[in-house]
This record gives sequence, C-alpha cells and structure tokens, in this order.
Amino acid sequence: MGEQAFYIAILSSAVIAGTPILYAALGELVTERAGVTNLGVEGMMLIGAVSGFMAAIVTGNSWIGFAAAMLAGGAMGLIHAVLTVSLRANQVVSGLALTLFGTGLSGYLGKSYIGIPVAEPFRGVSLPLLGDIPLLGPVLFRHDVLIYLSWAIVLALWFFLSRTRAGLNLQAIGENPGAADSLGIPVFSLRYFYVIVGGMLCGAGGAYLSLASAPSWLENMTAGRGWIAVALVIFALWKPGRALVGSYLFGGIDALGFHLQAAGVHVSHFFLQMLPYLFTIAVLTIVMARRGGRLAAPGSLGIPYDREQR
Amino acid sequence: MMKQPLVQMRGIVKKFPGVVANDHVDLDLFAGEIHALLGENGSGKSTIMSILAGLYKPDAGEILVDGAPADFGSPRDAIDAGIGMVHQHFKLVEPFTVAQNIQLSERDGAFLLSDAAIRQEIKAFETRFGLAVDPDAPVWQLSVGEKQRVEIVRMLYRGSRVLILDEPTAVLTPQETAELFVNMKKMAAAGCAVVFITHKMNEVQEVADRVTVLRGGKVSGTMLCRDVHAQELVWLMVGREIVLNAERCASGQCGGEILSMKNVSALNDSGRPGLSDLALSLRAGQIFGIAGVAGNGQKELAEVLTGLRRTETGSIQFLGENVTGMSPSELIARGISYVPEDRLGMGLVPSLDAVENMLLKSYTHPEYSHGWLINRKAAEAKTAAVVQQYNVKLAGLSQPVRSMSGGNLQKLLLAREISEHPKLIIVVYPARGLDVGATESIHKLLMELRDQGAAILLVSEDLDELMKLSDRVGVMFGGQIVGNFPIEEVDLEEVGLLMMGLFRPKEERIHGDGR
Ligand SMILES: Nc1ncnc2c1ncn2[C@@H]1O[C@H](COP(=O)(O)OP(=O)(O)O)[C@@H](O)[C@H]1O
Ligand SMILES: [Mg+2]
Repeated sequence: MGEQAFYIAILSSAVIAGTPILYAALGELVTERAGVTNLGVEGMMLIGAVSGFMAAIVTGNSWIGFAAAMLAGGAMGLIHAVLTVSLRANQVVSGLALTLFGTGLSGYLGKSYIGIPVAEPFRGVSLPLLGDIPLLGPVLFRHDVLIYLSWAIVLALWFFLSRTRAGLNLQAIGENPGAADSLGIPVFSLRYFYVIVGGMLCGAGGAYLSLASAPSWLENMTAGRGWIAVALVIFALWKPGRALVGSYLFGGIDALGFHLQAAGVHVSHFFLQMLPYLFTIAVLTIVMARRGGRLAAPGSLGIPYDREQR
Repeated sequence: MMKQPLVQMRGIVKKFPGVVANDHVDLDLFAGEIHALLGENGSGKSTIMSILAGLYKPDAGEILVDGAPADFGSPRDAIDAGIGMVHQHFKLVEPFTVAQNIQLSERDGAFLLSDAAIRQEIKAFETRFGLAVDPDAPVWQLSVGEKQRVEIVRMLYRGSRVLILDEPTAVLTPQETAELFVNMKKMAAAGCAVVFITHKMNEVQEVADRVTVLRGGKVSGTMLCRDVHAQELVWLMVGREIVLNAERCASGQCGGEILSMKNVSALNDSGRPGLSDLALSLRAGQIFGIAGVAGNGQKELAEVLTGLRRTETGSIQFLGENVTGMSPSELIARGISYVPEDRLGMGLVPSLDAVENMLLKSYTHPEYSHGWLINRKAAEAKTAAVVQQYNVKLAGLSQPVRSMSGGNLQKLLLAREISEHPKLIIVVYPARGLDVGATESIHKLLMELRDQGAAILLVSEDLDELMKLSDRVGVMFGGQIVGNFPIEEVDLEEVGLLMMGLFRPKEERIHGDGR
C-alpha cells in the first residue's frame, strides 16, 4: 500500500467511524438546545441499532430499517420527555435509566439476530464528478447515502438555528423558558417535540452502525459512542458545524488505531481501543480549562420548567 | 367613568402552598387610565397581574375583557386579548440581541427572520414614544433601565392594550423614573390601560389616575388619586400608622476599634482594580454607612472583608489580629457576619427550608450536631424561636424558602446572622425591594445589634436610610473612600458630588488638576 493510499484510507474511514457519533451528537444538540439534558443517548443508539437491524432483516429493505430505527429512537425520546418535561423528573436520572433500559432491551431483542448478514446494507456511492477529485474525492465523496444525509442535516440545523423564527424559539426555550412562555411560545410542546427529534437522531446514529459501517448486530455494539456524543456536544459548544468536525476527529482516532494495527505497528490493541475515550477526557479537560469552567451552555439546561414555580 | 371597563376581574382567588396570595380580588381597568396597584411586599400585587397575564391560573373568579368572559389557559391567550406585562424579574433571553428578543414575541411572523423589518419597527417606537434601544446589543450587556425599555418596546410591539408594569421604578435612577413616567402618560394618552405596580406612595400620587390598594391579598380600597392623602394610603396599605421619615436614632456609645483596613487593593471580576488603597476604621457600637453609586467597589469591599475575594495589597486588622487573606470560615469563626445583596442567590439556599438555612453557618456547633449527625429537633426549636422573635412570616418551617416574600427572607437572613452574635456585620442594600413595614423592622434589628456593641458596615444606595442609621458616612468612588464624615457634618450636596466623582477635598484637587 502506498503512503498516500494509507492516509486516504485512514481519512475515509475517519468519516465513516465519525458518522454514528455525528448523528447522536446532533440529536443531543437539539435536545439540549431545548433545555433538556439527555444522558440516554447510548441507550437510544442501541435501541435504534437493534430495531433498525431487525426491520431491515424482516423487510429486506435497509431504508425501512433506518426509518424504524428513527421511530424507535423517537419513542425513547418520548419516554424521556414524559418523565422530564411533564413529570419534571431529574433529567440525569431519567437519562441514565434510559441508557440502562436501552442496553438491556436491545440485548434481549437482538439475541436471535446475532451473526445474520443484512441483505442490502448501505454501500458507498461515488458522487459524479466530486468523487473523482484527487484526494478529496475518495476521502469525502465515495460514501454511502447516510453520510451525505448527515451533512444535509448539519447544514439544515445550522440554518434553522441561525436564520429561522422556529430556531430562535428553540433557543429561547432552552435559555429562558420562563421568558419564552410569557411571550406565548408553547414551551412544553416544543420541548416534547425536540426531545423526540433528538431521540430520532440518536436512533439514526445507532442504525448507521448496524446497517452501514458494520452491517450486523452485536450486543452493545455502540461501545460507548453515545457517551462520546454527549461529551462532544460540550466540545462543540452546542453548534452543529463544530459537532461535525469533532465527530470526524473522534472517528479519525478510532480509524487510526485500526489502521496502525493493520499496518503491523505493534501497539497494544487495548491501548488503541482506549484512544477515543482518552481523547474525550483530554478534550473536555482542555475545553473546561480554557473557558474557566464557564460554558456557552443553554441557560436552563437541566432545569425542568414549571410555570407557577419561582 | 361611564365607559365599559377594558378589563374586569371579579372575585379572583389564588392560593399557593401555605398562603392565599389573592383573596377575592375585584379590579376594573379602563382605557386611557394609569391605574396604580399599591401594596406591601407579599400583598399579592404580582400574583393578581400574573393571573391577568395568563401565567398563573386562578383558583376562583372570572376575568372579563371588553365585557366578554375570557378564560386564559396560557400567556398566549392573554397576549391575544391584548394584555402585556413587564415582569418584576425581566423575561428577557440574556444571550440574545435586543432585536431577537423582540422578534420572539411575534406570533405569525415569517418563517425566516428579517432584521430589516424589525429595525424599522424599533425605530418607529423610538420616534413615537422616545424609547431608544439598540437592536444589535446583546441583552446581557444592557443596564437594568435599558432592559426595561426593551421589555416595554416589546409589549408595545405586540400591540398590547393593557400594559402592566410590575415595580418598574425599583431598579431605576430618579432620572430614568421621570422618563418612564412621561412614557407611561403617553401610552395612556394613546388609549392603553396602564397598570403601575409599586409600593411607593409618592409615585402613585405623581403619575396615577386611580389607585387600588392591596393588603394581605385583599383589596383594601380603590379610589381616585386626586382625592386621597399619602397618610391614608399608608394606612390602607399596612393597616397601622407608620411614622414617615422617622427621626434619626441616637447612636450608642462608640467603643474601641474593631476593624482597621490600610492601603487595601483588590481586583474586580473583570480583573481590573476594584479597590485601590482603601482605608477604613470601624468601632464597636458604630454603624458606618457606605454611600455611592453601585459598582464603585462596594461589592469588592464586602467580599474582601468576608474572605470571598483576594486582597492584592494592604492589611486588614480585626480586633488587633491581622486577618488579611483568611478564608471565609476563619473569618466567620472570629465573628464577621455578612448579609449579601443577593438574598436568595448568596444569602440563603432557595430550595432548602428555613431550618436548613438557619443551620448553614452553625451546623458544626455541638448543640446542632452529634458528631456526624444533625440534630434536626434542636435546629427546629431554634428556628421556631427565631422566627417568632423576629416575626418572620413563612408558610412552614419545612417549606423551601424560595416561596417567601422579600421582606421575610431578609428578616430570616438577618436573624440567622444576628443569632451568631457577630462582632462585625457587613450589610449590603438591606432594604432593597422591601416595603415600608419590612424596612422598618430591618432597621430596628440593625439598631438593636449596634446597641449590643457590634460594628456594622452598612452599604446602601438610599441616602435617607444612611442618614437615619449611620454614625459615620463614607462615600465610595472608584474603589476608594473619597469622603468620610461623622453624621453631624454630613452635607448631602457634597455627598452627592462625591458620589459622582466630581468633588475632591481641596488639597487633593490641586494635584488632581495637574493631570
Ligand atoms: N410562585 C409562587 N409560589 C409560591 N408562593 C408564591 C408564588 N408567588 C407568590 N407567592 C406568595 O404569594 C404571596 C404574594 O406574593 P406576590 O404576589 O409576589 O406579592 P407582591 O408582588 O405584592 O410583593 C407571597 O406570600 C408570596 O410568598
Ligand atoms: Mg411583586
């Protein structure tokens, strides 16, 4: 393998490895912008991965699988919304419970699906013209549709947040729900909506694993990517563009380990698997230290809203 | 007035845990009038208006708008009925710009945000009402007065016909207040019903056409302002006669020096000099009043003395001991107490109950703890006694203190500090936002404490309060004490000039001019 081909392979698989994290991070970003913390990402991804996989096996259509994953993720989001928005449960507790629940349930549901291949997994399509650009083409434009879809979502989300009235309302309910409410913005229904949308994106991230990057089902196959997504949103300062860059960085570290090993470099494989998590800790430490512990977090993140409470 | 009222509220009842905030309140609002709502803190003024604004749901009673029954399920419904409110605690999204905050209130605006349109509208209000706001400024950078203007513009922008202002003058300078009154008159002249909530009698007589007085959640009277005397309003408000402008209270005997600060400098939150070469001396049984415009080092002074802020240079002697650089707990142990400006943020923990808040400073005392266990019984008994002694009104000892009214919070906080028998107590803006009755009790507590021989550093923006309580008055400007007078020699005009940084003692002015 030539040196250039080696780097292209690493970069291209960085994008693939980063995509499930990107979907989940976007989901977390939307949820948190609405003022709700979601620590259930890992569980939502697993439920998405398993239900997407099952639906794809049963119907033989991966798109139906992907849609099923989003529905399942959305259902998890709905549970989180009922608990945290209506019943005003502690958001951390609800999220952790959802992760435990998702991990257990997905393992149970997926038992008989272990080792079955997907009939039509999402495969790379080279985009006309773009795919032929030297270097950039193979790194960015010869991927499966779900990756292109994730870019569209990043772009749409950025536009939504910065240019539209509904996006402004979303930020308002996360920053100061009391103010939004007094202006007639329906805080409760909007929080429901965005928590569910966030869950759907987390489900999509899980499905990317089981239907595209490693088309199969393995118990606990997200292996902590949901937690990385949670940390990544902080690193991204709740901005979609930065979430994309961050996801690919994490993907790159993931891919680097794999490719180093394949190239015969002798590093412990446990160490390489540890790298993304080490990186997460390092990044969080740096971001926190740089901003003196003060983050641009939505002002009411984590606080349930109660109209008659002061 | 023969016209039909714009709004009629009939028999409104609203209960919160442990309190009846509104007890069968009736209220009519007419187009074109400024209607003052007067009452002590906790009398239910904010509550009745929050009900009209659709924020709280009443437990009983009805609201008629233009004679037709209205059922407000949410603020949205009230907005649609033309009701707008500027809340006591502003409802602004701080990180947003002014334009974004105003755009938030648009209901059927276009999907895409348009800056040009909103700018034009904002300009229109500036020309019509003289309400100037900068559309591009982020709200967190604005002064309170400017924030209030944004709120008012936003309320007008939505086309409200009923404009409710909840204690708008509490946060304004006298000039800003005068400006606000002019605007209120313009808005009433434009056919709006303006509701003006306040607990200051003179303001009622200055702007309002009619006044409704609330006491303990009930209406104690509604009348035309030109027919009524201040003394009568006070009586309706508090149900007892209070001597206005009480005499200055004779100070006790001053004792020995308790605190001495020399050349103390400290940085403020943004890393710039907050105190520079400050000197101060305090005696036992003395109230030392600090006058000054907020932001001239008062906060830094209080924090340096309580160990919350690092001293850069200089020394602090307390009872002959050098306490420079000691931690808050070391200073507390030596008898320094602090009643901060921000009662609920810093002084008390809103989600804890009264007993737990009382314990915050004394939980290590043997009477309240057996080793690592808290003796809740003893703490409850103590709190109950204090609450009784200082006449603190609360829903229950085990209710979170956040639901208490401002005056009672302050009493509880002061009671906690006093019960520690401090030798020095730093009290910052103790009467801010309190009504006449509560202010009176707080002042009495401070004077009792002084008579027991404590030294009190009283930071206040209210010159009347300083004149009434202090034995000496110091004026802070630019992180220094620029004037320091025994109370008999205080000349208010000179103090005013010093506060603005316009006057320097003669010898110094010679050097000053050279710059
Ligand atoms: N959201 C709330 N939760 C619990 N108690 C409240 C709430 N709002 C007001 N109260 C209580 O109702 C009473 C009236 O308060 P409020 O209307 O704020 O008085 P005012 O505005 O006249 O000072 C007070 O005793 C206060 O403690
Ligand atoms: Mg009030």
